[in-house]
Amino acid sequence: MSVVTESTSQVIAARGHNRRVLTNRQREERWGFFFISPWLIGFALFTLFPMIASLIFTTYDFTLSVPDEAKFIGLDNWRRMLFEDETVWRSLWITIRYAFLSLPIGMIVAFLLAVLLNSKHLMGKAVFRTLFYAPTMIPGIASILIFVQVFNPYTGWVNRIIEVFGIKAMGVTGLRWFDDPNLIYLAFVFIGLYGIGNTIVINLAGLQGVPTELYEAATIDGASWFTSLYRITLPMVSPVIFYNLVLGTIGSLQYFTVPFVINGGSGYPDGTTEFFMIHFFKQTFRFSNMGYGATLAWLIFVIALVATLALFGTSRRWVYYAGESNR
Amino acid sequence: MERLLTLSFLSTSITLRSLFKFKMGKLLTYAALIILAFFMLLPFLWMVSASLKLDKDVFRFPIEWIPSKPEWSNYTTIWTRIPFMTFFGNSLKLTVIITLLQLCTSSFAAYAFAKLKFPGRDWLFLAYVGSIAIPWQVYMVPQFILMRQFDLVDSHLSLILLQAFSAFGVFLLRQFFVSIPDDILDAARIDGMSEYGIFFRIMLPLSKPALATLTIFTSVAVWNDFMGPLIYLNSQNLKTIQLGLRMFIQQYGADYALIMAAALVSLIPVIALFLLLQRFFVEGIASTGVKG
Repeated sequence: MSVVTESTSQVIAARGHNRRVLTNRQREERWGFFFISPWLIGFALFTLFPMIASLIFTTYDFTLSVPDEAKFIGLDNWRRMLFEDETVWRSLWITIRYAFLSLPIGMIVAFLLAVLLNSKHLMGKAVFRTLFYAPTMIPGIASILIFVQVFNPYTGWVNRIIEVFGIKAMGVTGLRWFDDPNLIYLAFVFIGLYGIGNTIVINLAGLQGVPTELYEAATIDGASWFTSLYRITLPMVSPVIFYNLVLGTIGSLQYFTVPFVINGGSGYPDGTTEFFMIHFFKQTFRFSNMGYGATLAWLIFVIALVATLALFGTSRRWVYYAGESNR
Repeated sequence: MERLLTLSFLSTSITLRSLFKFKMGKLLTYAALIILAFFMLLPFLWMVSASLKLDKDVFRFPIEWIPSKPEWSNYTTIWTRIPFMTFFGNSLKLTVIITLLQLCTSSFAAYAFAKLKFPGRDWLFLAYVGSIAIPWQVYMVPQFILMRQFDLVDSHLSLILLQAFSAFGVFLLRQFFVSIPDDILDAARIDGMSEYGIFFRIMLPLSKPALATLTIFTSVAVWNDFMGPLIYLNSQNLKTIQLGLRMFIQQYGADYALIMAAALVSLIPVIALFLLLQRFFVEGIASTGVKG
């Protein structure tokens, strides 16, 4: 109660002297809450609350078909995951290794393409941009059928193009993309490149915020294209690159759809495609271990969270926010 | 005089050189883009080709890129085999509603995070940063149980509620909002504009590329969402296009030609949307005229 009177008296007092400063701050706070609340309410109800429930799940031995037989087992699921289940660490290693391969490639290609698509004098921008984004829009079912076809060792056009260069690629002794433990990651990276439309578009949107006079000034100073790219473009779009990096990292940790559909989650060949989320899916839905599945999901969440926070920690050093005056 | 001559000489040589470099750069840009675009186009060419074949010929080798007898009837069959029109309408309804809601909630929250100071903001931001890292699988099951409690399973409302609040959207817009100079906002505040007015009359107009981006992403994601409708929608009259596509696999054996035809038709609205919105990716000059 006293707090209220105090702030009210402040306002009254402020009316006399520097009214603007005080009321503005309070107004700003009020508006802050106003603007945040729709998202906050939805988030609390539909994400935070179910998350807490899932944390409780991790302490149960629990099957969805017979929920009444759920049994409280304390931290058994966690112990099993951390110390007994070897697949956890193997699949985690596969996932992280693949992330280090695919993420840099995808981000660099997407950035360079966005720069090209943003060139001032490019004709047919709309057509080019649509073409590069379009594969991202192909419905999942159709795109998987297409890629199985594309990488077919006998008939796929990837092997045919390689044969043009005089390398034996087609047939039984050729490049069997989905059967070879080494080639399969390359095939996955390639499939991933068809999905970089989103990243390109974010980069494109980011490039629109770079003031053109910066480039003009750089040209007058005799800076090369590459210098402009490195000294102007990169810092100016770093908030957007940061977004791509964070989401890319999280997305890589949750890599699932491609290996799941192409190899049915079997881990074939040689367990190389047993990514962490595949392991999670098998435990949760094939073996119906809801409690253990929730524990696995929490582990990947904690890892993703640590990675995200670490990235936010480094962002102070390399992400440049042009708009922030008080820094 | 001499100095002037040298200067003019220098400047001509610079323009000539830069002209040459400019032409080469342009040529290389086009070459690279055309080659890459061709690769991006290949899956579509294959889809179009497959959609005009009899199912038995889809995987025949060597690929007959242009079918000798195109089966145009595939494009009429898809509308009669399954209630494709209903599914189309359902997808459209969900996409429009969810996208609009997400634009509202995300831009509101992003504005608060980027430009307003209020107690607890940093804690909220931390929670929100964490929430981006949550795999959907973590809360998928509890969420379903919650929706069952609300008696919303097998309704469009369940999907709308679940997808209207996106941490991705907030993060995306925040990254753009932060780059808009504080000075503009302060100037508007001093002029007596309300936060509401600043948001609608300054932030949103200056963030058109970002808003266009989020619109495209959300629309495509909802339009192509498979797991959500699979889990929440059971009634035939509520189902969406993606579930419809799968019907060509389940109920009638896999008819790949029809899947491709239906998938291509389903792409038309999203491609149209993209073409419409990509014009917002024009040379924006968000900070011109203001010292950032």
